[in-house]
Amino acid sequence: MMNLTLKIWRQKNSNDKGSIVDYPVTDISPDMSFLEMLDVLNQELIEKGEEPVAFDHDCREGICGTCSLYINGRAHGPSTRITACQLHMRSFKDGDTIYIEPWRAKAFPVIKDLIVDRTSFDRIQQAGGFISVNTSGNTQDANAIPIEKENADKAFDAATCIGCGACVASCKNSSAMLFVSAKVSQFALLPQGQVEATDRVLNMVKQMDEEGFGNCTNTGACEVECPKGISLENIARMNREYLAASFKG
Amino acid sequence: MSILDSKIPEGPLADKWTKHKNDINLVNPANKRLIDVIIVGTGLAGGSAAATLAELGYNVKAFCFQDSPRRAHSIAAQGGINAAKNYQGDGDSTYRLFYDTVKGGDYRSREANVYRLAEVSTNIIDQCVAQGVPFAREYGGLLDNRSFGGVLVSRTFYAKGQTGQQLLLGAYAAMNRQIGRGKIKMYARHEMLDVVIVDGKARGIIARNLVTGEIQRHSAHAVVLATGGYGNAFYLSTYAMGSNVTAAWKAHKRGAFFANPCYTQIHPTCIPVSGDHQSKLTLMSESLRNDGRIWVPKHKKDVEAIRNGSLKPTEIAEEDRDYYLERRYPAFGNLVPRDVASRAAKERCDAGYGVNQTGEAVYLDFASAIQRYGKEQAYVKGLDVDDKKVVTDLGKKVVENKYGNLFQMYEKIVDQNPYETPMMIYPAVHYTMGGLWVDYNLMTTVPGLYAAGEANFSDHGANRLGASALMQGLADGYFVLPYTIGDYLAHDIRTGPIPTDTKEFDEAEKNVRATIDKLINNKGTKSVDHFHKRLGKIMWNKCGMARNEKDLKEAITEIAELREEFHKDVFVPGGENEYNEELAKAGRVADFLELGELFAKDALERNESAGGHFREEYQTEGGEALRVKEYQYVSAWEYKGQASEAVHHKEPLEYKNIEVKERSYK
Amino acid sequence: MSGILNSSIGRKFAMALSALFLMVFLVMHVSINFTSVFSEELFNNLSHFMGTNPLVQGLMQPILIFGVIFHFVMGFILEAKNKASRGVKYASNSAKDNSTWMSRNMLLTGVVVLAFLGLHMYDFWVHEMTVKYIEGDMSGLIDPNNTESGFRYYEELREKFVSPVRVGIYVVAFILLALHLLHGFNSSFQSIGANNKYIKGLKGFSKVYSIGIPALFIFIAVYHHFTH
Repeated sequence: MMNLTLKIWRQKNSNDKGSIVDYPVTDISPDMSFLEMLDVLNQELIEKGEEPVAFDHDCREGICGTCSLYINGRAHGPSTRITACQLHMRSFKDGDTIYIEPWRAKAFPVIKDLIVDRTSFDRIQQAGGFISVNTSGNTQDANAIPIEKENADKAFDAATCIGCGACVASCKNSSAMLFVSAKVSQFALLPQGQVEATDRVLNMVKQMDEEGFGNCTNTGACEVECPKGISLENIARMNREYLAASFKG
Repeated sequence: MSILDSKIPEGPLADKWTKHKNDINLVNPANKRLIDVIIVGTGLAGGSAAATLAELGYNVKAFCFQDSPRRAHSIAAQGGINAAKNYQGDGDSTYRLFYDTVKGGDYRSREANVYRLAEVSTNIIDQCVAQGVPFAREYGGLLDNRSFGGVLVSRTFYAKGQTGQQLLLGAYAAMNRQIGRGKIKMYARHEMLDVVIVDGKARGIIARNLVTGEIQRHSAHAVVLATGGYGNAFYLSTYAMGSNVTAAWKAHKRGAFFANPCYTQIHPTCIPVSGDHQSKLTLMSESLRNDGRIWVPKHKKDVEAIRNGSLKPTEIAEEDRDYYLERRYPAFGNLVPRDVASRAAKERCDAGYGVNQTGEAVYLDFASAIQRYGKEQAYVKGLDVDDKKVVTDLGKKVVENKYGNLFQMYEKIVDQNPYETPMMIYPAVHYTMGGLWVDYNLMTTVPGLYAAGEANFSDHGANRLGASALMQGLADGYFVLPYTIGDYLAHDIRTGPIPTDTKEFDEAEKNVRATIDKLINNKGTKSVDHFHKRLGKIMWNKCGMARNEKDLKEAITEIAELREEFHKDVFVPGGENEYNEELAKAGRVADFLELGELFAKDALERNESAGGHFREEYQTEGGEALRVKEYQYVSAWEYKGQASEAVHHKEPLEYKNIEVKERSYK
Repeated sequence: MSGILNSSIGRKFAMALSALFLMVFLVMHVSINFTSVFSEELFNNLSHFMGTNPLVQGLMQPILIFGVIFHFVMGFILEAKNKASRGVKYASNSAKDNSTWMSRNMLLTGVVVLAFLGLHMYDFWVHEMTVKYIEGDMSGLIDPNNTESGFRYYEELREKFVSPVRVGIYVVAFILLALHLLHGFNSSFQSIGANNKYIKGLKGFSKVYSIGIPALFIFIAVYHHFTH
């Protein structure tokens, strides 16, 4: 069992200034997940009649991309290739102090405490993250176009992005390029995506810039912190697609 | 004669859907622009319905409680999606998929619905590939398949361990295209809190903006609920934390019948509970049963030794292991359907053979698969097939390629390496086959109110086969609802916009506000979770994998008492006009506390065992589920002011194209 | 194509292109300088050619100056924009766990290199410009009135490296240039979207370049300092 000091960002709403508040927690089992540890804290707060700490979470198995905690200076905490909900308390020691902050980016404004608004990601996808095919059910047979396994696998790897925003949060420039490039790459690698490739990359990048994300300086932090291990290769591919599309006009 | 009209078209089974599509009314494109449709929930069913209806030209308003439609819990489905493509040439066909599904559902589903599902399954795969969904492929570039429980063919399409996410992102992309065109107006972080009925028809909803707390009125010509299942009534489940029954329950209270609430799927391969702090259970994909072998020790002394740590599972000799699924079901072995596998695990654990501290875990072992694959690879590579190390290393590689992400997930949670020691698994609540009663057109008993995906009861009977949930969600949303809803909306082309300043909206909003005010001002002493956990314990212990009359009667009383205590003593911190997760949770738990009672009541009414509903009084000598012919019907409950007063209606089930017999996997 | 410089990727691309251009210039610069280690005559001849050839002076020099200014102005603009896109800073940020010091401090290393460039311009370029274009002495001779006096370049170079302080500054600046290049060179491949089977090799080469070129500059300076 562990006793810990939590330093948690509390902010009543988007207009509030917010600050770090200290909370001690006791008797934490190493088998708990990080979010279950926060549940324990929240139950204590509620019992004392205080407001619980608001944080985003849903599936608690690392796939929905909802949880978004910056733990001890790192997106989703000290372990790599996992989301905060998959982080377990055995990664910490008795007596540790743990900072818990929301994702920080102009394009991800804080809604409350540790919850941020990531609808900028949705708007980028709306700008072109799709293949324009109606759901008639009368498309050609799924096996009509064989796809080279290597490309199919790479497209899948890019498509594993869960849209959590860890890339933006950990990038010193708050750049969203890993996220955007994952979607651009998924479609660029598939024959179905070729038809709209030019417009897709131009429109998505334009929207990304308008949302106020920073520019990529290739530090590679995003790739390290991405819970799904999305590769930097995708950013190179997006750059290439974008430049080709720009010169094409 | 039942008051339930399932509206199943006449004619031969295979022609029903085509004929129906030809007979129903259409709305011309110019008129579609004049019609609004509300869709609540943006998972596979809701997302695909929203996209398709918007493509057709309707004005769609879509709602989800998550921060983005992409996060609906369909995303967590791992294993795959079934389709009768017969790409493997192993004898699959529409009929066989239909047959497997009806049999898998223990003959408690509607023939016509299931056949339609099997029929459109192939379109789903075509559609998804056209959308750029990256399904797994073979080296030749064609789509790969794998096998799932309860079937004898390979018809499951998959995208590694995250088929659900890839399919959902396909639907989400289709939605995004329509949001970009202005045809869908998206309301994320909004929760539906009531349905508004005007002149007997569903004409809108009351929603709460979860960020600001604002109560909003939204009107439409039809309302679609695609809000998923209610397994979180059990507190611990593989559902997302936010999954809830509220939308479906409010619809039920407004006149939609609730069908077969007791049909719950308990998934056999989940990570066992580790302690009281646990908030959620994690599923290990059913696909693992393709290669993993399930066992417990044969001897009690070994069980004891394992529990006190003096023996490792790998040290138990082959002849001292009880591969109980292979023993009991030689034909299907480890690939029996979920309900069968879950009950078998419970049987062994109840008999005292559980392998962890709590006695509620069995082994899922990959050692033989590693050896088998390793030998195969060694042979292919021309290496020594008797060199244990070479074989093991090669075998681990193959297993890693197939299940790497799942193994990694297991290790993160349990802190044990499943390549070296068998996984421990135990059944957990995973899916609810029951839901809002719908006719063949997916319309509930309230005109203009539709239910799609897990929220309805329609296609899985008493037990769902693996990889069929994704199939049903997308079938409903992409290929069924867009046709059938037109039949209803064709009568609404002259209606014009539905006003929201009417007495019906006033009443519904007042109702919602009153509920919220009461919760906020209750000033009790206990948290929402406190009550939710207690409800979960009652549900799991008395309405879980095995049920009996005594337990169910107790459950009904206990849940009613707990509900009363909840309304007296719950404490909800914070205010109503702000982001307040406790308030949202309180509303959901209040609804679970009502549903739970109906659930138990339904289980008590059904004096038989079928699929996921197992009544201890009704079993064969071999311990298998014993169906009772008189219960070959759908139970649909009508709300009458209280769960305890719900009125029972029956929709008889007829099987003309399949012989009803004992469901055997031996 | 229009407005490409207003897009994030366009700017990234422009940074990378200007950087690659400057790196080509560095190779030329170090090659000429290095001749001073073994041949005074070759160094003088090359210097004179570079300093008086109209194509070099009239075309290449302005392009180079433009390249340098573009690279650092754009660098500053991007850095300012990127800083602004964060908003509130983290109370605790452990960037060292996910990225290299070099990659996070391109501005710092860049500014030091820029400051050095100022000194360097003052030392050599301002002096050159004054002699050639203000005083009008295009001869390149130590004594413009005496054709036998020989070229002045080598002598001037030796002169500059007498001071240990200047050599010290020189060494520090080139270490920072190496750090700047170690991230920058690889980064430029990524920015222009290069991605194929040659990239691995190119990345190896970029490391050799990033350490090798500044090391050569340092060697030249130290050599002249100690052989004076």
